Amino acid sequence: MIKAATTVPPAGVIEGYRHVAPLIDRDGATATVDTTGVYFQQLNETVRGLIGEGVTTVRIEGVNGQRYIGAGLRTPGVRIEVLGCAGNDTAMFMDGPEIEVFGNAQDGVGNTMSSGRVVVHGDAGDVLGYGMRGGRVYIEGDVGYRVGIHMKAYEKNVPVLVCGGKARDFFGEYMAGGMLVLLGMNARDEAQPIAGGFLGAGMHGGVIYVRGAVEPWQCGAEVGIAEATDDDMAELRPVIEDYAQALGLDAAEILSAPFTRIAPMSHRPYAKLYASM
Amino acid sequence: MQQTFVQPEFRVKIDYDKCHKCGRCVQQCGWGVYDFNERPIPHDEKCRACHRCVTYCPAHCITIEKNTLAFRDNDNWSADARKAVWKQSETGGVLLTSMGNPKPYEHIFDKLVLDACQVTNPSIDPLREPMELRTYLGRKADSVKVEPDGAGGFRLAEDAGLARNIKLDVPIIFAPMSYGSVSLNVHRSMAMAATRLGITMNTGEGGMHEDLFPYQDHIIVQVASGRFGLSPEILDRAAALEIKIGQGAKPGIGGHLPGEKIDRDVSATRMVPQGSDAISPAPHHDIYSIEDLRQLIYALKEASGYKPVGVKIAAVHNVAAIASGIVRAGADYIYLDGFRGGTGAAPQVVRDHIGIPVEIAIAVVDQRLRDEGIRNQASIIAAGSIRSSADAAKAIALGADVVAIGTATLLALGCHLCQSCHTGKCSWGITTQKPELTRRIDPEWGAERLTNLVHAWSHELQEILGALGVNAVESLRGSRERLRAIGLDEQTCRVLGVKPAGL
Amino acid sequence: MAYDLGRYDGFAPEHYREESPFKIHGGCGLMGICDESGALMSGEEPIKAMAVQRDRGNGLGGGFAGYGIYPEFPDHYCFHMMYHDLKAKDEAEEVLGAHFLIEVAEPMPTRTVKGIKDAPLLWRYFMMPHEHLIDEAEVTAEDFVVNVVMLINSRVDGAFVASSGKNMGAFKGVGYPEEIGHYFRLEDYAGHTWVGHNRFPTNTPGWWGGAHPFTLLDWSIVHNGEISSYGINARYLEQFGYVCSLGTDTEVAAYLFDLLLRRHKLPVELACKVLASPLWDEIDRMGADDAALMRSLRAVYGPAMLNGPFAIVLGFNGGMVALNDRIKLRPLVAARSGSKLMVASEESAIRTVLASPDELWTPKAGEPVIARVEGMDLPFHSQLHVTPAEISCAVTAVDACHELEVAV
Repeated sequence: MIKAATTVPPAGVIEGYRHVAPLIDRDGATATVDTTGVYFQQLNETVRGLIGEGVTTVRIEGVNGQRYIGAGLRTPGVRIEVLGCAGNDTAMFMDGPEIEVFGNAQDGVGNTMSSGRVVVHGDAGDVLGYGMRGGRVYIEGDVGYRVGIHMKAYEKNVPVLVCGGKARDFFGEYMAGGMLVLLGMNARDEAQPIAGGFLGAGMHGGVIYVRGAVEPWQCGAEVGIAEATDDDMAELRPVIEDYAQALGLDAAEILSAPFTRIAPMSHRPYAKLYASM
Repeated sequence: MQQTFVQPEFRVKIDYDKCHKCGRCVQQCGWGVYDFNERPIPHDEKCRACHRCVTYCPAHCITIEKNTLAFRDNDNWSADARKAVWKQSETGGVLLTSMGNPKPYEHIFDKLVLDACQVTNPSIDPLREPMELRTYLGRKADSVKVEPDGAGGFRLAEDAGLARNIKLDVPIIFAPMSYGSVSLNVHRSMAMAATRLGITMNTGEGGMHEDLFPYQDHIIVQVASGRFGLSPEILDRAAALEIKIGQGAKPGIGGHLPGEKIDRDVSATRMVPQGSDAISPAPHHDIYSIEDLRQLIYALKEASGYKPVGVKIAAVHNVAAIASGIVRAGADYIYLDGFRGGTGAAPQVVRDHIGIPVEIAIAVVDQRLRDEGIRNQASIIAAGSIRSSADAAKAIALGADVVAIGTATLLALGCHLCQSCHTGKCSWGITTQKPELTRRIDPEWGAERLTNLVHAWSHELQEILGALGVNAVESLRGSRERLRAIGLDEQTCRVLGVKPAGL
Repeated sequence: MAYDLGRYDGFAPEHYREESPFKIHGGCGLMGICDESGALMSGEEPIKAMAVQRDRGNGLGGGFAGYGIYPEFPDHYCFHMMYHDLKAKDEAEEVLGAHFLIEVAEPMPTRTVKGIKDAPLLWRYFMMPHEHLIDEAEVTAEDFVVNVVMLINSRVDGAFVASSGKNMGAFKGVGYPEEIGHYFRLEDYAGHTWVGHNRFPTNTPGWWGGAHPFTLLDWSIVHNGEISSYGINARYLEQFGYVCSLGTDTEVAAYLFDLLLRRHKLPVELACKVLASPLWDEIDRMGADDAALMRSLRAVYGPAMLNGPFAIVLGFNGGMVALNDRIKLRPLVAARSGSKLMVASEESAIRTVLASPDELWTPKAGEPVIARVEGMDLPFHSQLHVTPAEISCAVTAVDACHELEVAV
């Protein structure tokens, strides 16, 4: 009755991901893994296995949304290249390795990450760097909502998150430590402000640098806004240089505009909120 | 400074005829009640009735009385309600308090009674007969798959075992209480006791101090919204991981450890700076929906080599549907925390008015999971004011696998329920980080008291099982037929799945 | 208003009935795609998009709606039916036959799929309403059709209308969406607009009609998240006579769209601002005219605000509207590739269908993504005059009308 739109019916249920091992092409300490259509469990098991066998560079091809790449990995000196769209919670709890994503990354990159580095040649989604406690995350393009939320520092563990494009609401909410940088360059939408509202809402530690200016309405009640001083720039410059180098950008151009420094006015923002019974 | 309208709650009376003038009370009191000028002079307004001074006064000359000021009778405006208004109009603050909901809501446990065998089947003597309390916490298969072992027998098929379960010698564990809200010596006491008892303690959201590493096989590590003290190393050490969504004392709100409680050691364990507030957001910002919970459960499994992952929630209206979703999201256990559960600090309005009793939560969750055929897929831990072995037995009969004790644990260590943990000045050295106070708890002494408590309750559980004529706790678990209600309305009985006494 | 849930005794929704009027919880994943040129896409595309989002559901509900899929019958009403048994089929067909000239009646083409079980009998009908009956009743064709949907859903035991529009259809059931899509042989269809859904209910309705999308006439709706304001949204709708009997957020969202678009005739952009209102601070920063408009919308429609996490795709014949909650608590990614506009919960879903989109972005909180097929009007169903209670009956298969006739 109804005309067929396709003449060849599929052999079976279309699978988003198959529970099969990815193809591995191993060359000494380097391995290339084709994960096209492979489920995250098999992919990550394979990556962990390769690293256990002494592989130091894993190039993962055909990535499209597989979750948890690099999650919980604790081997320093390991490098993972992701070709495609990195899935949710990439580098979650990661402690040491470096991940470079050639494509966009979905939500939750660097969630509760301890150390290491994530470089994304593209955009990243919401809740980027949630609870991040160390290491560096560099995003070339735009980022979503609630980025750098509850980042925290302790002694030598100082997380750094640099976003090349623009951000949405709640950038640096509850921030407790570390450094968040927002450049507003390479952004998709020229008309959009560099950040949404509630920037640094509840912030009680760390520092946010924004290239250019932000309006007071964009910021939470707990922060002070000032032009970055020479001392601030001395702190920021090496970060920007490292960021630019990682992404093949021009540090001088990034640094050619003035920066705004946003920092908490108190480490105890809610000390007066309560009355003890 | 304006004159406060709130008069002291207690009167501290010293019988100076008996008083040795030794100053022990001055030194014992964490609240600074006493000045000393030839003899101790109490300032009533600071007293929390924690009885530390009373307990340690060598002359036994201190008494604490209620300040029985008369208020004009008004059943609507209680004295407490009036005091709260005065306090808030003086400060503009959210009223902050601690420990569990003290309001006189109906106690369902107290209206349930257990059965015993008479004539038709025998009761059992627990002292001389086997009486098993061992419980496995975690996901079980729906059926056991075996394969021939090649030698004419059978062996477990791959992944069919209990490898991802935690073995508990008794179905009583220590509830999550963070280092920061309680002292390190409390954590040490619990860790040592848990190891000796073959049960678990739980770090709460504050990380695992390195002193606890020797006991790590008996330690559940909590993953809460602030993600404090979490590193891949700690995930590695933990016996199991627990995602804390909510707490019975403060469902739906976050936490806030004030900067003054964050000393060097707490800061190292939480991995946050000293003196800075440690704020736990109300939600996990990577969980806004049930499919996100699945994502975090599997993130933790991926990062920890597939350790058991539990989920703790506060008991709220739709707890059954929520629990079902949690099990389907892949949790190995659900921790139900009733509205009487304790806390180190919570807004009074939240503690006293949000949530439902754990008895109801256990009953509806256990039933829902059975209805859906997924009861085997997760264990149920019940908490939120388990006050005795009787409460534990009734919770288990309603459907819990395990009970967790928090307030009872602290009581064992000296807590007098003065509801002042949030001040950080606990005279008993429990909910404070002041070194002169925390050293009041010797971990060895604490571990012994906790071991005694759990041993005592375990013996009592065995007595109850014996009376019921069963010799293994799994025969009580979910056996609501062994419970009867006295004085509960029909609707509540139906929700609990319990008959009224006489039927 | 009191509503006696015990009265209904049909094939449905045992669990729904138990839970109503309380809330059913669940999370999900979704997608929507529209080729604004009107070119047709195979039903395989939405399956692919949902298949990579499998982990967002739990196998207890999946579904799709396709538009432009029945070009042979562009003007016929197509009913996709679910039957509990043959008796229900006979009775429903009697109702259909009395109201429509049935051009084609046939079983839905399906195939056996592992994992799909307990399927109801699935039939479809291409029909034209009997003009004389419409004239006699002095109603419009749309009213007429909705009345029949309502009649079947509420009065015929064991029968449920899964969709009732023109040149469109809903394909849904209990299973993962890719299984459901394969089961319904979606590769045999081609549409200019598709929406898809993957359910993660926290209970087991196990009822095929309970899967998404929900539909009425040409509208279909899929939803991800849980609206925390459900209680007041439902009570607000009840003031207008809707009956929220399923206890799902999706049902509430569907009625709110019906109220705002059809009955109150708000433009779709403003209806979206009602559902995902800007914050007062934001409104205060707007220009005077915009601020005045937004203030009124919020003040008047406050109870209609969907508060809490959600992402919704509303499909219709000629396009779709995708919308996020006001502070973006649920993911939504959008992309354009030539004349195709697509939204999904995850970027991976988009890239499965549009390998290298011209543009890919995350829509701002509360800002709708709207796709319109060139030359097709937004179907506001302006010829529809049925009461909200009747809408409720039609959508949810629960007989609320009798009670409501008295109550409203």
